[in-house]
Amino acid sequence: MSSNEPLLSVRNLRVEFNTRRGTLVAVDDISFDIAPGEVLGVVGESGAGKSITGNAIIGLLEPPGRIAAGQILLEGERIDNLPQEAMRKIRGRRIGAIFQDPLTSLNPLYTVGRQITETIQAHLPMNAAQARDRAIDLLKEVGIPAAERRIDHYPHQFSGGMRQRVVIALALCANPRLIVADEPTTALDVSIQAQIIQLLKRLGRDHGTAVMLVTHDMGVIAETADRVAVMYAGRLAEIGPVQDVIHNPQHPYTAGLMGSIPSIGQDVERLPQIEGSMPRLTAIPAGCAFNPRCPHAFDRCRTQRPDLVPAGATRASCWLLAKDTVASNA
Amino acid sequence: MIAFVIRRLLQGVIVMLVVGFIAFSLFNFVGDPVSLMLPPEATQVDRENMRAALGLDKPFYRQFATFIGNAAQGNFGISLRLGRPVSTLLVERLPATLELAIAAALIGLFVGIPVGVYTALNRDSWISRVMLTTSLIGVSLPNFLIGIFLILIFAVWLGILPSFGRGDTTMVGFWSTGLLTVSGLKALVLPSITLGFFPVTLIMRLVRSEMLEVLRTDYIKFARARGLPTRTINFGHALKNTLVPVITITGLQLGGIIAFAIITETVFQWPGMGLLFIQAVQFADIPVMAAYLCLIGFIFVLINLVVDILYYVVDPRLRIERGPGGGH
Repeated sequence: MSSNEPLLSVRNLRVEFNTRRGTLVAVDDISFDIAPGEVLGVVGESGAGKSITGNAIIGLLEPPGRIAAGQILLEGERIDNLPQEAMRKIRGRRIGAIFQDPLTSLNPLYTVGRQITETIQAHLPMNAAQARDRAIDLLKEVGIPAAERRIDHYPHQFSGGMRQRVVIALALCANPRLIVADEPTTALDVSIQAQIIQLLKRLGRDHGTAVMLVTHDMGVIAETADRVAVMYAGRLAEIGPVQDVIHNPQHPYTAGLMGSIPSIGQDVERLPQIEGSMPRLTAIPAGCAFNPRCPHAFDRCRTQRPDLVPAGATRASCWLLAKDTVASNA
Repeated sequence: MIAFVIRRLLQGVIVMLVVGFIAFSLFNFVGDPVSLMLPPEATQVDRENMRAALGLDKPFYRQFATFIGNAAQGNFGISLRLGRPVSTLLVERLPATLELAIAAALIGLFVGIPVGVYTALNRDSWISRVMLTTSLIGVSLPNFLIGIFLILIFAVWLGILPSFGRGDTTMVGFWSTGLLTVSGLKALVLPSITLGFFPVTLIMRLVRSEMLEVLRTDYIKFARARGLPTRTINFGHALKNTLVPVITITGLQLGGIIAFAIITETVFQWPGMGLLFIQAVQFADIPVMAAYLCLIGFIFVLINLVVDILYYVVDPRLRIERGPGGGH
């Protein structure tokens, strides 16, 4: 494997939901890569398709959701069409996952130690004693004090922040190359959020683990991510290095999103906001999905869908940026 | 844990006092026992003597205290119909009812849980649909009708199983069991299926809906994301969480099975407590009715206590926290 080959590569992914009222396209033709050890932030409003993209990658789309087109490659190998059992062996082993709510992610009837050791033994050839030692090491690593004693406690005996640390330890059990973290801090107190983000960042660095960090919190992204992907109505609006996207956004939606982040020292009566709301999946407008809310929309935006094109240091899908590169964006 | 059990025991004592009071009231509501026991030509003096001998001239609360005191020692007086101590009658009949009820409960568990799990895991298969439809029939058909159908098919038409009685019994200590003889086992089949039919359908539907609920939870989704084998997820994680509420319902069902064995015992002429009770009702045999009421009340209290303790064992969240809790 050459060093610049991406760890994860999502190519033209399309996720559909067949419902009684027709087919809804929740994720529409998105492509991105994650490099080994990289933290990719994925932002967007609720319903933009962030979590569904994450679920598609770990192979846990809930029916009737299904991958209708595109490919997902992990270290160059296709994983979107694997049989269930093969995909199960990848989950937890090569791709770890962290969910939003640590209070409900753990089985209340088993000790955290049992849940960690069963995960370790599902993926690594270890006996019970070795697995237990590893579990204690993992709990120590995620910052749980008195891990030797706490390992035999039940989830309800931990606070929310501590439980999310346990969940992170569970994701790390088999030392996966990628962790898909779906809103890992949303359910936590603000003071705990920063700790968990720091922990994720440190662990990613120490283990060389790449992280796909799904969140709607730009603050978390700014602090953690190397690159950021902005999603809107199931499509990628913009993707690029985090500093460029924040300070020099190319897509009008990204610009609006950044404009609505409050900053200390800023003295305004009201934060600027984007007029209107994201379209429902049943009513995505023709052309660019953002055109009804876009202050710069022109005729072409209402008829033709823009592809991602290089713009400054990032890539964005907007006709404003592609006026003279129509032919080259295949 | 000990404080919890003691608290439950105290609650049980209160329940038993209330049940005892109702049983005691039977004697007063169903008529004057003195006129029931004495011939119509008895004199007023005879009546007064009888009243004093029975302690009926004492104030109400003293009578109640005497009743409870005797009941606690298992003394419920003499059966008016059979002229034998009620406690002896009940002890003779108890094994038959308990064997029938436990067989029915086991059928309920060992058929209800696997079928419930199957229908939850294979929601759309046609077998699941057939099972669900059958269970609806089971819920809505009255018990005696199922019994009569079974007698018709297996005893009358096929002639392979007895239609009434308990078969040959063997005495093991004071316990007369039908489980050790072939005829006893054969006699148990139809009544226990009849009595177990309702628990099967109930447990099956309960397990199915609970399991579907559990399979939707975040921790099951997270268990999948951890890459655990499907078997471990379904049977290790989902089933255990499903069984927490099932334990309660099944426990309460067992009490219900014992109490409602009356009908099945009547249909199959099963020589248990239920049959004794029905006959007691027909003869206004109040001591037997009162004793039966107390015994069923006691069994319910006992089962509730066991269920509470089981709950405690299964669900760590209910256990008293030792050592420091979380970081809150």
